[in-house]
Amino acid sequence: MSAPAMGTTKTAPNDGSHKKKKGPGTLATAYLVIYNVVMTAGWLVIAVGLVRAYLARGSYHGLYYSIEKPLKFFQTGALLEILHCAVGIVPSSVVLTGFQVMSRVFLTWAVTHSVREVQSEDSVLLFVVAWTITEIIRYSFYTFSLLNHLPYLIKWARYTFFIVLYPMGVTGELLTIYAALPYVQKTGLYSVTLPNKYNFSFDYYTFLILTMVSYIPLFPQLYFHMLRQRKKVLGHVEEYTKVE
Amino acid sequence: MDTLALEATLPKKAQPTALITGPPVPAPTKRKPAKKTKKAVVFFEVEILDAKTKDKLCFLDKVRPTSTKLCAACYPQWYPARQSIRLDPKGKSLKDEDVLQHLPVGTTATFYFRDLGAQISWVTVFLTEYAGPLLIYLMFYFRVPFIYPPKYDFTTSKHWVVHLACMCHSFHYVKRLLETLFVHRFSHGTMPLRNIFKNCTYYWGFAAWMAYYINHPLYTPPTYGEQQVKMALIIFLFCQIGNFSIHIALRNLRPPGSKTRKIPYPTKNPFTWIFLLVSCPNYTYELGSWLGFTLMTQCLPVAFFTLVGFIQMTVWAKAKHRSYLKEFRDYPPLRSPILPFVL
Repeated sequence: MSAPAMGTTKTAPNDGSHKKKKGPGTLATAYLVIYNVVMTAGWLVIAVGLVRAYLARGSYHGLYYSIEKPLKFFQTGALLEILHCAVGIVPSSVVLTGFQVMSRVFLTWAVTHSVREVQSEDSVLLFVVAWTITEIIRYSFYTFSLLNHLPYLIKWARYTFFIVLYPMGVTGELLTIYAALPYVQKTGLYSVTLPNKYNFSFDYYTFLILTMVSYIPLFPQLYFHMLRQRKKVLGHVEEYTKVE
Repeated sequence: MDTLALEATLPKKAQPTALITGPPVPAPTKRKPAKKTKKAVVFFEVEILDAKTKDKLCFLDKVRPTSTKLCAACYPQWYPARQSIRLDPKGKSLKDEDVLQHLPVGTTATFYFRDLGAQISWVTVFLTEYAGPLLIYLMFYFRVPFIYPPKYDFTTSKHWVVHLACMCHSFHYVKRLLETLFVHRFSHGTMPLRNIFKNCTYYWGFAAWMAYYINHPLYTPPTYGEQQVKMALIIFLFCQIGNFSIHIALRNLRPPGSKTRKIPYPTKNPFTWIFLLVSCPNYTYELGSWLGFTLMTQCLPVAFFTLVGFIQMTVWAKAKHRSYLKEFRDYPPLRSPILPFVL
């Protein structure tokens, strides 16, 4: 539509005090610290579960089943992060966060959970491992940041590990969706055909293919954004060390 | 676009100076104010900086206090519609009509320039975005090849509601096109060029999606049959007339060629009485029209389109309502932005 859409403008309360309110209040901070600690712990549980299952079985195959429940629980729990942005206690964009979380939740429930046949695929392990390492680092990063005590190692890890983990995760995700395709087509999973009383149709198989195609423009953008962030965040430290 | 008059009021003898079209001339023609005006004229000096880089773009001296439209002076290759001059780098743009003398600046004024990017006129955008759905829907209605299975090419639907829906949909967009050409008086001449792609994708995409199902060989008519369709048609027509009435009322608030802003009030036309309760009844009626169309076709994609449109119009209505409240002290308190008492 063409009329200009004006976003809501937040006016800072001018109560005469000169202190600027930075970030969330103390209650919100406490809540966020607890949230991030719980998430870090949860993904550690998944990591430990993967390692233990691997040692017990002696193979990479079928490790998904050993961490299925905590994976579903903690990945779905990340939906709260959208709420955090919407309420304003986290300064990220609702749309961006929503998009990222929904894509994870989609893969967890609408692909891996829904299409049993892909659960034993190795591609599932690929993205689960990528997610696990990424999330452990990310949530501990947030925890330390909130407590104003961020070890450089965590910051470095957060802005470096993604270089390998991101493509690894994307590969795992794409291969898993691809593996699900024949089963979706055969069973008509989540699909609606005409005729019906609401004059609507949906082909999940085509939808999955379009999802895979959407990675092509989206992944490079996100990846290069992270690379630029890395230069910005880690680059400054290098400059300081150069100072004599 | 009006020719750029650097001076809003000129003694008849004086001609516009070279400042308008070319690079700045350090000392414009050494005209003295006409001897008839007895008061001394204080000339302004104007400095224009880039809003982002703060580079000095140009410097004009001997600018008359009654000047307006400084923009074209500096960058003649960027047409005025894409130039934004403002007092503060992050502030709002000055209007074309603003007079230098009345701005809160000293005799040496600093302005910030921002290139708004390629612009396109509102009329062009509206015509394009509305012509699309009109034509696209008809393509589906007439079942041109490559949409439905070949045996249905150029056939017509056996359900009378499908013909009615086509008439309503087409009427709606023809009405919009005619309003764009003959009714609306736009505040702004132009908008950013990229909007046309965004807007056309929205309108054309949704039109194709809706039209596909309504005109599909396997379309299922509404559950409550003729009763439902008749009721829906009444709602649709009522809201189309209402929407048109509001557009006319809004147009009459504003004399031709002007950009004045006034509070809209109910007129003799009963369809405008809704102004008592709502700031943007054009959006209210538009929502009603599409609810009618949804009921008529009983088609989920139409319901989605209605919902998305409603969300967008609510955002606009709230903004418009807020700007009315800010601009007019005596704005009627009973009014809601789009839905009486509710939203």
